[in-house]
Amino acid sequence: MSKDLLLEIGLEEMPARYARGAMDELRQNTLKWLEENRLAHAGVEAYATPRRLAVLVRNLADRQADASEEVRGPARRIAQDEQGNWTKAALGFARSQGVDPSELYFKDTGGAEYVFARKSTAGAATERLLPEALRGLVTSLSFPKNMRWGDCDLRYIRPIRWIVALYGRGVVPLEIAGVRSGNVTKGHRFLGADAVIEEPSSYPDVLRGQHVIADAEERKAAILAGIERLSRERGWRIEVREDLLEEVLFLVEWPTVLAGSFDPEFLRIPQEVLITSMREHQRYFPVFDEAGRLLPHFVTVRNGDDTSLDVVRRGNEKVLRARLADARFFYEEDLKLSISDALAQLERVVYHEELGTMGDKVRRVRRIAGRLAERLALDAQTAADVNRAAEICKFDLVTQMVYEFPELQGIMGEDYARHAGERETVARAVNEHYAPRHAGDRPPASAVGAVVGIADKIDTIVGCFSIGIVPTGSQDPYALRRQAAGIVSTLLAHGFELRLDELFRLALETHRERGLKRSEEEIERDLREFFGLRVRNVLAESGTRHDVIEAVLAAGADDVRRTLSRAKVLQDAVSESRREQFRPTADALVRVCNLAVKADSRDVDERLFSTEAERTLHGGWRQARVRYEEAVLGDRMEEALAALASMRDAINGFFDAVLVMVDDEAVRRNRLALLASIADDIRSFADFSRLVI
Amino acid sequence: MNFQQMTLTLLQFWAEQNCLIVQPYDVETGAGTLNPMTFLRSIGPEPWNVAYVEPSRRPADGRYGENPNRLYQHHQFQVIMKPSPDNIQEIYLESLKRLGLDPRHHDIRFVEDNWEHPGLGASGLGWEVWLDGMEITQFTYFQQVGGLDCRPVSVEITYGMERLASYLQDKDNVFDLEWVDGVTYGDVFRQQEYEHSKYTFEVSDTAMLFRQFAEYENEANRALEQNLVYPAYDYTLKCSHTFNLLDARGAISTTERTGYIARVRNLARRCAVTYLEERERLGFPLLKKGGAARV
Repeated sequence: MSKDLLLEIGLEEMPARYARGAMDELRQNTLKWLEENRLAHAGVEAYATPRRLAVLVRNLADRQADASEEVRGPARRIAQDEQGNWTKAALGFARSQGVDPSELYFKDTGGAEYVFARKSTAGAATERLLPEALRGLVTSLSFPKNMRWGDCDLRYIRPIRWIVALYGRGVVPLEIAGVRSGNVTKGHRFLGADAVIEEPSSYPDVLRGQHVIADAEERKAAILAGIERLSRERGWRIEVREDLLEEVLFLVEWPTVLAGSFDPEFLRIPQEVLITSMREHQRYFPVFDEAGRLLPHFVTVRNGDDTSLDVVRRGNEKVLRARLADARFFYEEDLKLSISDALAQLERVVYHEELGTMGDKVRRVRRIAGRLAERLALDAQTAADVNRAAEICKFDLVTQMVYEFPELQGIMGEDYARHAGERETVARAVNEHYAPRHAGDRPPASAVGAVVGIADKIDTIVGCFSIGIVPTGSQDPYALRRQAAGIVSTLLAHGFELRLDELFRLALETHRERGLKRSEEEIERDLREFFGLRVRNVLAESGTRHDVIEAVLAAGADDVRRTLSRAKVLQDAVSESRREQFRPTADALVRVCNLAVKADSRDVDERLFSTEAERTLHGGWRQARVRYEEAVLGDRMEEALAALASMRDAINGFFDAVLVMVDDEAVRRNRLALLASIADDIRSFADFSRLVI
Repeated sequence: MNFQQMTLTLLQFWAEQNCLIVQPYDVETGAGTLNPMTFLRSIGPEPWNVAYVEPSRRPADGRYGENPNRLYQHHQFQVIMKPSPDNIQEIYLESLKRLGLDPRHHDIRFVEDNWEHPGLGASGLGWEVWLDGMEITQFTYFQQVGGLDCRPVSVEITYGMERLASYLQDKDNVFDLEWVDGVTYGDVFRQQEYEHSKYTFEVSDTAMLFRQFAEYENEANRALEQNLVYPAYDYTLKCSHTFNLLDARGAISTTERTGYIARVRNLARRCAVTYLEERERLGFPLLKKGGAARV
């Protein structure tokens, strides 16, 4: 016999951002409990609205499955005496397992015989397990932020106001935080009423009758359908950001989509401002025309039906009017602020108590950017733009708009800089230098934005590392990983000839005068490891084989572009079609590197060569080396690998003809020095021993 | 419904919910929470239900009476119920109906908003209540006050009276609100708004304010040494308001700001601890009454 099970936790409005996580966790915990308790069922569904979390288990068996477990006892020689009688040890084992000694048996495990008992546990009635289990399901949900209420000791996301716990038609009795379980749920706050749930499977339908769509996906579909209908009727393009949709869908139990308008006069404010204000303050979806221009309308989702929809629309329009009037006020005030006054104010804004003010930061960014411009040999105009963009890249942080909407940093800066008459390249860089702003965002498109962006990010990373803020595990409060990844992607996108170690040193020099708390060697080591991981991610995301990544990174990742080229070439070389051909080459190169470990110098004395094979290898290496270095310089890694491979026969010939570890010390050291010199070149490409071919 | 009727309706409604009706505090406050009827009374085990209007001064929000939404001083209608009743949301929604807001004809939502007042060492979890997209109420379960865990938990309901009135009267400018028929909000408050804004931003004597801050702080500490919580708390409030004036004048740098807030928080924390000790010494008198409603 099986029956459905329903658990509904009735809450005061739970924060929208935690709802989905809680719903998923409730489903997972339920599944886990069912499995651990050997309870058969036909599926688990979870529901969440602002006021409830629920889980429905279909056809839950009314008894646990019987369990049968094989337990190992003592070895045969201990369990039985010479006459074959059970010893005390065996009898004790049987007793401890609750079986009769006659049920003991022997089994061979890995050469020795042991005594075994089969222990069975009869499954308990589900009904008996439920009160404890359901209580556990309710109280074990882990919300990021809990609270207490009234006289209760329980800490929970929001106060629990009712609990429905039904197994079949019977209420599972439990009490949590003074609330007793029952079979009565609550409908929509204003459109519904209390309703009895006769049977778990009727849960979604009973709620629908009370103006609650319990299923999150169904609500989402309803919202999207409403938006789609408006969009069709009015010819609008309505931008639906997934994160906003997700929030809205957990703010309503019975969604009705409606549109409102605002005074087109407000369209004179930059549209990012309007969009941000509508989204952040009001949770509205913005509306565009076919050409992507913002229209003076908005779309919102009401928690209710279409009664008095006009009242709701007018109310929302009134609120938005006040919001946009505020935004316009900020915008107009900000335009009155000169960039130089804004820069002066940055001196009073603390960037980080150990890293100085925003003014200090900007000076460092400007210095690093200037050095980069020199190093990359940018033309005079670009270098001048870099200098100016670096100088003003943070000025908008003191504007009212950015204070109100921090995510508009850079975006407002670009607009205000353009109004202040800055060059177009400079204005754009003020915005671009923050890019990439999130995972999947593009790096800066312009060279000026790229250079200032790299300078800003490396200053932040080195600054943080220098005071011991190094991301660990999930701890990365300053988003340093994203910034490092941003540097890597910017370097690649612009093909800058700049090594990471150079960049580290540039930034370290700039921070030096502040007095560093940790040694530069230590910081640099951490930086190298940190950026190595970012390069590893780039390689992994592009589908590079794990062994190829290991091989290539063993040769360092300071030159990001060439590290990627090396990986690409090596990945091709070890591909299905080519690896048979490549294996002997790799073996030869590995052989050199293995023996080279024993070398203590790189000084090769040709006069000590006694065989032709030595001279052939030495000559072959010197030729290969010229070809190798030129190829690497030109980032022609296919050619570089070919140069290394060209030594294969000479290497094999050498090992066939020459014994390296001879007694004559001078000869031995000379041969090792030759191998070590070759190995240095090989290892600057990859550690071929890591390849699995 | 004019502003005065709104106030009277809410006072009447919450009196019916067994709240004591008390008067605004006579020391400057930035919010109804700072009135000792909330700040001190939400500490400790004694039950407490209270409602009052609190004129709340926010010097930095002064706009010379020219901005339709921003004010040097606005009005909060404040309710505290301790412990928080199980049906507090329903009671609150009932109060909106009394104001003529039938939820069926509007969109009323509880949107997460966690509240924190670093200067008071206070924090709580709850929502802002939206009426057709407009925030009309802060609804908070206090978790900590003066750095002390709240047990039992008080619920605080703070109606923004101007916001609510602008909705009920369908006015876009706060100064056009009707206080009573024929007398506008502007008639009552515009001059005060202008003068306080001018004083705050242009006239206030910064040196004097800094001196006063230090003196108020000293006096609060002196009072605390004698376990005189209420006088000490008054001076704490004065510190807080003086700090707000200095801050609005731009006289306090970002770095110093943290220091001043910490000084006020220290006072508030000491007041909270001393209050709890004093109530305990008195045997938590309100516990014996079995509920503040029958005080």
